[in-house]
Amino acid sequence: MEKILEVNDLHVSFDTFAGEVKAVRGVNFHLNKGETLAIVGESGSGKSVTSKAVMGLIPNPPGRIKQGEIKFGDRNLAQLPEKEMQKIRGSEISMIFQDPMTSLNPTMTIGKQIMEGLIKHQNMNKSEAKERAIELLKLVGIPNAEGRVTEYPHQFSGGMRQRVVIAIALACNPRVLIADEPTTALDVTIQAQILELLNDLQEKMGTSIIFITHDLGVVANIADRVAVMYAGKIVETGTVDEIFYNPQHPYTWGLLGSMPSLDSTDEELIAIPGSPPDLLDPPKGDAFAPRNPYAMQIDTEMEPPLFKVSDTHYAATWLLHEKAPKVEPPAAIKKRMQGMAPDEPIIGAKDGGKHV
Amino acid sequence: MGRYIGGRVVSMVITFLIIASLTFFLMKLLPGTPFNNQEKLTDTQIVQLNEKYGLNDPVAVQYFSYMKNLFVGDLGVSFQQDGREVSTIIGERIGPSAYLGFQSIVLGTIVGLFLGIIAALRHNSFLDYGTMVIAVLGISIPNFVIAGLMQYWLGVKWELLPVAYWDGFAYTIMPTIAIASIVVATIARFMRTEMLEVLGQDYITTAKAKGLSSTAVVIRHTIRNASIPIITIMGPLVVALMTGTLVIEQIFVIPGLGEKFVNSIMTNDFPIIMGTTLFYSLLFIVVILLVDIMYGIIDPRIRLAGGKD
Ligand SMILES: Nc1ncnc2c1ncn2[C@@H]1O[C@H](COP(=O)(O)OP(=O)(O)O)[C@@H](O)[C@H]1O
Ligand SMILES: [Mg+2]
Repeated sequence: MEKILEVNDLHVSFDTFAGEVKAVRGVNFHLNKGETLAIVGESGSGKSVTSKAVMGLIPNPPGRIKQGEIKFGDRNLAQLPEKEMQKIRGSEISMIFQDPMTSLNPTMTIGKQIMEGLIKHQNMNKSEAKERAIELLKLVGIPNAEGRVTEYPHQFSGGMRQRVVIAIALACNPRVLIADEPTTALDVTIQAQILELLNDLQEKMGTSIIFITHDLGVVANIADRVAVMYAGKIVETGTVDEIFYNPQHPYTWGLLGSMPSLDSTDEELIAIPGSPPDLLDPPKGDAFAPRNPYAMQIDTEMEPPLFKVSDTHYAATWLLHEKAPKVEPPAAIKKRMQGMAPDEPIIGAKDGGKHV
Repeated sequence: MGRYIGGRVVSMVITFLIIASLTFFLMKLLPGTPFNNQEKLTDTQIVQLNEKYGLNDPVAVQYFSYMKNLFVGDLGVSFQQDGREVSTIIGERIGPSAYLGFQSIVLGTIVGLFLGIIAALRHNSFLDYGTMVIAVLGISIPNFVIAGLMQYWLGVKWELLPVAYWDGFAYTIMPTIAIASIVVATIARFMRTEMLEVLGQDYITTAKAKGLSSTAVVIRHTIRNASIPIITIMGPLVVALMTGTLVIEQIFVIPGLGEKFVNSIMTNDFPIIMGTTLFYSLLFIVVILLVDIMYGIIDPRIRLAGGKD
């Protein structure tokens, strides 16, 4: 499988008055060609910072990439000059953002906002760009595209705006699309439509997608692989099946436990106790230890390495060490995992095995 | 949009009528008499003069005849300048004032926008702080102090510019700077705030994520959106500017409407005071209406909301 993007030991910090906020602390992941990788984690775990680092959009000051490599083809985006980065942004790597209500310029027609990238990257003239903009609007499912291309963002509903944002991102046929919580601000039915659209478009255009979310619930519908992020690190990574049916990290258990499921109403949601650590002064050892009911002595002393579970499945928890006691996930979570057993596919799940 | 403007025009007329009435009654409360050298006039002369200008009639009668004349555009005649039409006098005096006002607002707006944009783009730098110090000084130092300082240094000491009077472009420079200082300061501060606000918006990140150059992001997405709200402060600014000209015309002995206005107050020349006040009021009302219409045209959110109903 061809790796299209590879992030190695990425560290991003923000220099604030209170001190250095270590938002991303050694992140490793890769994205295969044509797949969707979900990055999941509670709010504040560094997902947006990671994706902005890939886009070269970390505001500096206060932010900076301290260390690490972002390999895209033969280039290292972490060290690319701004001018070179501008050529990649929007043409080879695109991004869509969380809130469609604020991510479009309110005083510019949506047509112009789509055309900008085309004119910049594909040397189109205005009429070519406009034609392509209409095409794109049709592609993302906006009815009456010819008429609506000259309208302003406030004339569209939230879901329609997010489609416009997607059209902007896909305008130049990027190889990688980063979607940072693209459905979080939308209501549930619209969410499902947008996820379906992203799946469709990926099939048509072959784009590789990094899908960021704090909600494991949407992951099953869109992703091939999952990376679970906590306090600026990836703590577990595996295929969707591995993460859902055989999770290893207690934090992943926690996320699964706090995930509402559509079909069952009787189960309670089990919130993860406590709150994420202060990234100004991250704890020694495993950052999740203070919230982890299974924490051992070593968790407070040494950071766990990534233990291999399978060729595609790794988790950073001392519980996987050969000398560790064997612990099982809490019963409620086990019940959930069984509830989602493979022979009982998750509603609207991606045709599994497509990329495996 | 048409209905919106129609409604605005009606409320404009009502506002104007209220101002006209208020001005009239306030005028009646002014102490003193409108006649020069009152002490040298005999009693019969005073009675004759009062008779001639209708000042013996009951206030109500005076009011209705005043409003009636106003409707046909007759502002009455000056008490001081022996029967000259107020409208003629305004017409003679408006030239220099309009010129100064226009030149100040154009210059002040351009310089203010420029400073505000630079300050925001170099946020928290020396340039930013420097600009804001200038802006605070510009707002807090009264324009007559600036005028006086310029007259002393540029006019008297270094003899670079004429100290006063009205005789060509060189004579307009110091008064323009004095009047424009408030415009520069206000717009610079406002623009800086708006720029910083817009720079923090999500759609700016979207624009950057498209791969646009920072120049394109600033010009197409930031400056444009940041300058739209500037129009809302243009109304109050024009008002500040006009009151500014009253004093500045006096200091630089410019034969403008402001100078005439101040002098007519000193001499209780009621028709001139009222005529000029109404003229200024009308100007304010029209400026504010224009500002609203312009805002509607420039900001699509308002334009279309207005067009739908
Ligand atoms: N501009 C910034 N200045 C200081 N800290 C920041 C900045 N941007 C993000 N951070 C910090 O980085 C951490 C990760 O944030 P983020 O990546 O936005 O989380 P999320 O996973 O919710 O997307 C947070 O603790 C946040 O406070
Ligand atoms: Mg985020």
